[in-house]
Amino acid sequence: MAEVLLEVEGLKKYFPIQSGLLRRTVGHVKAVDDVSFQLNYGETLGIVGESGCGKSTTGRMLMRVMEPTAGRIVFDGQDLTKLRGKQLKAVRRNFQMVFQDPYASLNPRMSIQDIISEPLVVNGIVTAKQSEPIVVQLLETVGLRARDRFRYPHEFSGGQRQRIGIARALSLHPKLIVADEAVSALDVSIQAQILNLMVSLKSEFNLSYIFISHNLAVVKHISDRIAVMYLGHIVELATKDEFYNHPLHPYSEALLSSVLTPSRKVRRERIILTGDVPNPANPPRGCPFHTRCPKVMQECRVTRPVLRDIRAGHSIACHLHA
Amino acid sequence: MADVVDKVEPVVSVRDLRTYFIHKAEEVRAVDGIDLDVYRGQIVCIVGESGSGKSMTALSLMRLVPKPRGKIVSGKIMFHGVDIMQLSEAEMTKLRGNEISMIFQEPMTALNPVLTIGDQIAEVLVHHRRVGKRETTAKAVEMLQFVGVPRAEQVLREYPHQLSGGMRQRVMIAMAMICEPKVLIADEPTTALDVTIQTQVLQLMRKMRDDFGTSIILITHDLGVVADMADQVIVMYAGQVVESANADALFEEPLHPYTIALLKSVPTIDQETEVLYYIPGSVPDATEFPTGCRFADRCPLAMASCFETAPEVREVRPGHLVRCHLVD
Repeated sequence: MAEVLLEVEGLKKYFPIQSGLLRRTVGHVKAVDDVSFQLNYGETLGIVGESGCGKSTTGRMLMRVMEPTAGRIVFDGQDLTKLRGKQLKAVRRNFQMVFQDPYASLNPRMSIQDIISEPLVVNGIVTAKQSEPIVVQLLETVGLRARDRFRYPHEFSGGQRQRIGIARALSLHPKLIVADEAVSALDVSIQAQILNLMVSLKSEFNLSYIFISHNLAVVKHISDRIAVMYLGHIVELATKDEFYNHPLHPYSEALLSSVLTPSRKVRRERIILTGDVPNPANPPRGCPFHTRCPKVMQECRVTRPVLRDIRAGHSIACHLHA
Repeated sequence: MADVVDKVEPVVSVRDLRTYFIHKAEEVRAVDGIDLDVYRGQIVCIVGESGSGKSMTALSLMRLVPKPRGKIVSGKIMFHGVDIMQLSEAEMTKLRGNEISMIFQEPMTALNPVLTIGDQIAEVLVHHRRVGKRETTAKAVEMLQFVGVPRAEQVLREYPHQLSGGMRQRVMIAMAMICEPKVLIADEPTTALDVTIQTQVLQLMRKMRDDFGTSIILITHDLGVVADMADQVIVMYAGQVVESANADALFEEPLHPYTIALLKSVPTIDQETEVLYYIPGSVPDATEFPTGCRFADRCPLAMASCFETAPEVREVRPGHLVRCHLVD
């Protein structure tokens, strides 16, 4: 049995909707609503879903840059939601983030040397002067040159900037990296370079990844297990093979059928969903997906299905498979 | 699919289009000699990565190249036998939105945030058709219903921020299509949308073509969208066409090393690969293209001659054009 690195239980994030002169709370946007999962050492969990499903909010709560409304985040045996101040800072170096936009996530006024060494200096591991050989080594690890450390972000292409972001995330030798749409802004030929880099770094540094993306093909390439989110809930959670070969939730089926493949031979039967994702401030009663589900039943409109194991390594939240 | 395409005479025919950006001593050759034919009811996909010149090609066709730095320096753009490069700005305004329409990637920036949807659609009709208010409303409602906007009457009174991304893109398509243009230019129309919404919008564009015989120039970086939509495909690299072919032929047997490499580097959900194929290096600087082939320094099959002379476009098979020394 693999060892658990991260355990998330009943994680919730509600944003208040305020209105009127007194800014009274009139309702809540339930961005993440009761999300639970585990991540083992050395594992990659892909979180997929469409805009507004809560995947990025989940990632931010795991990083402890956003306070959860409720729930537990147990990382390496410690409940992160209970830690504050110095204690939190001490564990923080174990989990790092790689962001989507390589143009916005690097300070344009800092040299690459300063960007990559900042986490080391802030955490008091080395002084700025001592950090130079470490930065050189990190640059070489991510496929850049030692002399690049004297340059500034604007001198680099999108793919190179993403390499810099990865080098910065690696500087503290974290156990977990949360990558939020880390390759979505890149051209396909560059995207492939960064994905290959992330796969090779994983074994080199004994990393675990949470890989958040809307791209099901990219997620398949990098993940061991997949979680599908819809309106703040996980609706399906399965190993990669189970998910891509036997998706069970009607939403997962529709998502997979919408993926376009660069081939004229592979023609999937499209499941075209009608309408849009409902407003998360006013989610439907019962199953969150029932308003668009092609297989909706009476029960779906009344009670929300809970995530349960259907077979080994495969759980879904759907009344069809109750 | 093919029976909608009428191949007698192209609706749009472009020859040797060059659009440069000139600033001080620097010359950025964004579009550097493009040929393009689009027939009635045909969907032509222009595919390429960032900086390939695909969006600038689209803006050139509309004569909307950003001024003062951008300039169409040469070339012919024939629309129904008329060279639009010779038209006055007033004549061009009559054409835009009426005969040739365009939709963009981000509907939120393309729509006016302080006008209602109804007013924005009316603007197009009043400008081009000089119709009355009642008729405008009726036509707008009809069009919104056609593109699948629910509660169309209500949406007319709403503002862009009140709609979802998919709905905004439908509104843009409705605005672009309300005068039943002969050509629709769509620049990355589904890139900002979620996959399930992308499926809906692509299906809608296909319906436009089938019902109105509209020719569509679809610009995208996504080879999946190309495989799904295209009759004809044009692959651009560094401002030039490197390969152009019927979609079936292009996916069956791509001939340019760039096209082959691009197709290989896309991860798909149907395959299992340990290491993804990738193209080393990056796109050359558009201010100083190499003398030889522009793809040579990234090409796995480059020969000595590739670095010396630039290859010309050659018709390798009927309708299949390739710019590469390997097929010479």
